[in-house]
Order: sequence, then C-alpha cells, then structure tokens
Amino acid sequence: MILDFVLGRYPYLFIALLLMIGVHGMMVKRNLLKKVIGMIIFQTALYLLFIQGAKKEGASIPVYSPELGAEAGAYMNPLPHVLVLTAIVVGVAITGVAISLLLVIYRRFGTLDEEEILQKMRESA
Amino acid sequence: MSQVPVLIPISLLVSALLALLIGLRDVKLGHRVSLVGASVAFFLSVAGIRAVAGDGEPLRYALGAWMPPVGIEFVLDPLAAYMTGLITFMGIVALVYAPRSLATEAPGKEGFTYPAMLLLLTGLTGISLTGDVFNLYVFLEISAIAAYALLATGDRNAPVAVFRYLLIGSLGGGFYLMGVAFLYFSAGTLNMADLQARLPDLVENRAVITAAAFMIVGLGVKMALFPMHFWLPDAYTNAPSAVAGLIAPIMTKVSAYAIVRFFLDVFPPGFLTEAVPVASTVGWLSAGGILFGSVLALAQQDYRRMLAYSSVGQIGYVGLGIGLANPIGLIGGLLHILNHALMKGCLFFIGGAVRYRAGVTRIPEMRGMGRVMPWTMAAFVVAALAMIGIPPTAGFFSKWYLILGTLEAGNWWWFGVIILSSLLTAVYFFRTVEMIFREPEAGDPAARLLSEIRAGGATSSASHEAGVGPGPATDPGGEPPASMLLPILILGVAIVAAGIMNVVIVEALLERAAAPLGG
Repeated sequence: MILDFVLGRYPYLFIALLLMIGVHGMMVKRNLLKKVIGMIIFQTALYLLFIQGAKKEGASIPVYSPELGAEAGAYMNPLPHVLVLTAIVVGVAITGVAISLLLVIYRRFGTLDEEEILQKMRESA
Repeated sequence: MSQVPVLIPISLLVSALLALLIGLRDVKLGHRVSLVGASVAFFLSVAGIRAVAGDGEPLRYALGAWMPPVGIEFVLDPLAAYMTGLITFMGIVALVYAPRSLATEAPGKEGFTYPAMLLLLTGLTGISLTGDVFNLYVFLEISAIAAYALLATGDRNAPVAVFRYLLIGSLGGGFYLMGVAFLYFSAGTLNMADLQARLPDLVENRAVITAAAFMIVGLGVKMALFPMHFWLPDAYTNAPSAVAGLIAPIMTKVSAYAIVRFFLDVFPPGFLTEAVPVASTVGWLSAGGILFGSVLALAQQDYRRMLAYSSVGQIGYVGLGIGLANPIGLIGGLLHILNHALMKGCLFFIGGAVRYRAGVTRIPEMRGMGRVMPWTMAAFVVAALAMIGIPPTAGFFSKWYLILGTLEAGNWWWFGVIILSSLLTAVYFFRTVEMIFREPEAGDPAARLLSEIRAGGATSSASHEAGVGPGPATDPGGEPPASMLLPILILGVAIVAAGIMNVVIVEALLERAAAPLGG
C-alpha cells in the first residue's frame, strides 16, 4: 500500500524533498551565499515539477510525426517546457541580482556571515 | 484603440531601454526620456479609462495574433484601467521628484535609477493588464527585480535588507508558480477567462484547492500580508525617498489587486469564500496586520520607519475589503489602493524634502520644520488627516465604504479594528504634526535653517555636514526646490480631489468591477 503510493509518485516526492531542502537552505543557513544556493535549489525543484507534469505515458516528443498523426494524446505536452524556459530566465535574473547584492554586502561589511553582518550593523548604529 | 492594453507596458519598456542607453552618456537627457515614456503610458491609461468607464466594453488584445485561450491576451477592464491609471500617475510624479532627491541620497546612481523605475512600472502595469496566470508571474518577477535594484541603492544597510526581501520575494513568487502548475495540470489552461469557464467543474478537485492556497500565500508574501510582512520595514526604511515614494504606494497594492483578480475573474464565484475560506483568512490576517502595523508605527522614532510600519497596517484595509466579500466592502478596499498610494507617496516625498534641506530623518529632529517649509508641511497635514480618515480627504471615504461593508456583513470585530486603528493612526500622526509645528529650539536643524533664511539665504548645505552627499548649494530658502515641492503639492491636492470625486471613481470603474460579488 505505502510502497505503491511511493512507487507511483516518486518523482513528486523527490520534487517535494528538493523544495524542502531549498527552503531549509534559505531559512536556516547563516552564510548568505548558501541562502542563494538554497533559493536556486528551490527554483530548480519548481522547474522539475512542470517537466514532470508534462509527461504522458507512452507519448512521443512534441514534434509532428506522420505515423502518429494529429492525435494530441500521442505527444508530450510542450507548453510546460516553454513555461519552464521562461521561468529559468526569470530565475537566472533573480540569481544575478542576488549575487550582485552579495558583492555589495561583502564590500561593505567584509563578510557574508549573517550574524557578523548584523553585529556590524548594530555597532555602526 | 484595441491596442491600448499592450501599448501601456510596451511604451514603458521601450523608454526604459532608451533611457538606460541615453542615460549612460547624458543623465539629464535620460531623465527626460523616462518622463516622456511615463507620460505616454499615462495618457494611454487615461484613454483606456475613458474607453471602459461607465458601460464601455473591456479592451482585449491578443499578443502575436494568437487567439486566446491559446495565446496570451491583455485585458483592459475597468479595474485594470483604474490600476494602470494610478500606477503611471505615481510613476510620473516620482520621476519628477527623483533628480534632486537622488542627487543627495544616492548620488551617481541616477542614470540607472530612472530605467529601473520604468521597468518597475512595466511590471506593475503588466500585472494589472494581463489575462494569463503565467504571464502574471513573469510580470510579478519583473517588477520585483526592478524593486530589488531600486531599494538597494539606499543607505549602507540597504543591500542587506533588500537581500532578505529578495529571498522572501522569490519564495513568494515560487509559491505562486507552484499554484500555476497545479492549476494548469488540473484545468489545462492558463487564460483567466478560460479558467473561470472550466473551474466550476473542478471545485471539488484537491489540486485546484491546493493551487488556490499556494497562489494566495505567494501573493500574500508579495503584498506584505501580516504575518508575512517582515521584509518590508527594513527594505523601505533604507531606500532613497524618491524610490520609497514610488514603491511603497503601489508595489504591495498591485499584489493585493492580483488577489482580487483571482477572486473575481479566475476562481468561480463563492469558491474562495466557501470551498476554501481564503477570503476570511485574508480578512483576519489583515485585521491583525492593521493593529500590528499601527501599534509599531506608534513606537518608531524614525520618520521613514514609521511610514513603513504604517504601510504594513494600511495594506490591511485592502485585505479587509477582500475578506468582506461584499460589493461595498470590496469597493472600499479597492478605493483604498488609490487613496493610500496618494497619501503614502506624499508622506515619503515630504520625508525626502526634509532630508534634502535638513539632513535628518528622525521625528524629534524635525522639530520646527513647519516654519521652515510651510507649503510642504501644509501638504503633510493634508496627508496626515487623510491617513486618519477625516472628511473630505480621500482616506475618509475608503474607510467609510469599508465600515458600510462590515455593517452589511455584520462583522463587528472588523468594524472595531477599523475604528481602533484610525485612533492609533491619529495618535502617531498628531505626535508628528505637533513636533513639526512646534517652535524650534536652539540647536535644532530647523533653527539653523531659519537663521540662514533670515540671513538672506547663505548657502544652506546641512546635508554636506550630515555627510549624505552634495547638498543644495545655490537655492536658499526653506521650501525644497520646485521639482520636489511640485510633486508634493500635486499629491496633496490629489488627496482632496480623490476624496471629493470618490463617487465618480466608484461609479465609473469600481462598481462594475465589484458587481460579480452582488450575486
């Protein structure tokens, strides 16, 4: 019973695990760069969710083939793939902004450790 | 005319690129290009409002001639017209205000700030106009990225605050995207109108219910819904005044608008009130946020931080409008988007004007500024009265509609929250008003400025001494320069005008938007 549940849905369980690892990294890690890595893991898990959702049992790649004809069920759904491409672009842009913020933070505070930064902010205030 | 919906974000996007390229060589010319771009978008929005006001049909534009539901469509209905009008108006005002303010608060970064402001407006108008749930995600992140860049140009601690905002914001965006995935895989479409046609058959579907929960949580983070607001105060406090005066008024409100959009135009009627009790959850969280924000605003000594906490509280009124789920309450919530944008923009700009002249941001140090800059502080009084909700200023009418909504719903708790928070708001604004109009004591920045004015306008450069960059060198006198004073006065007049005109706005745009709730 439990084995069937796991075997039938293991990609989704894997995605859920990745999501949680990502959120854990963003929330718990003290190093800001590790927080960014957590964010990237979180986003990647979301991409995988879309890709997994587009999968169909026994379907072909979404390129028209005369043998399969115009039967929609014979092809994978290409739309989620396109959505993922767009989402990847968004994710790259956010990561870029995050890393450039880290550069500024490092230049100003000389560290990426959250506790040390907070302490330096308190000292200057 | 049918191209207006898409031309609004495109004119902003194109002018953002132009302003960036030109701004690399000539910052002033780049600023002018930005102003032209924002003005074009504003006039297009006004044309859109005129087209759809009253009984006008919504304008629809299918991108790339891919007909919906296959392609992405932009829809300018009364509610979207209302939002784009407000967003582009605030954009122009902030762009007029920006140069002098940025020169003292973020010197050397102006050339990149104007394009980022236009990108922010692109994202926000896009959210308002799009009829596609995935496209909404893209615009949500465009506006968020522009906001991160803008807010990070502030004080020494700004990048740290913005980094936290970025983490929380991308988590919120990620939750929204997860909701889109669940929705798409259960309903098979991304078009809002098509979703509304298909979802009634799926109201029992657990994936759809999960999707609704994820989307509302994601948008709730972006709108700083209590208790997901904790990124906001630090991010706003450390930002330059011109940036805070653009982002604080409209950014969180547009996410609230997106929730309203899902409420009215995506999920079937009653789904978010009965099948999934999202509306009442948002309402109760908002009620908590109103009290929390008002109490913490009371405790702040920094003017900007007080406004930031007050924003946490004020977004709650929009949430209450959603929570009430009756037409009059929702109208109140939507009207508060406009009213609060005008008030909060005005207040942040005034803070920037004081900082420009006197180099101070703490409320006790603002003692006596009313004598130095009487016009600016007159606008402050108008905005403060509006925040409290005194007629005929705009703030009164949105609270009035909300109170009528709570009476109709018989919800006495929320009625009490609105009254109590108005009293708290009165306390923290009267405290500031009293400080500003008191006689300045020796050693106050205001006393020094006054003696400079009497001395015939020696070079007053308090900001030099405060070390926040090059201050005003040539123009003596108490009031800030015209490019800063004018936006403040325009917003001050607009607060009263929006109050007097509230019936016109409600009848032309909002009544029809809230009609689906009438049932």
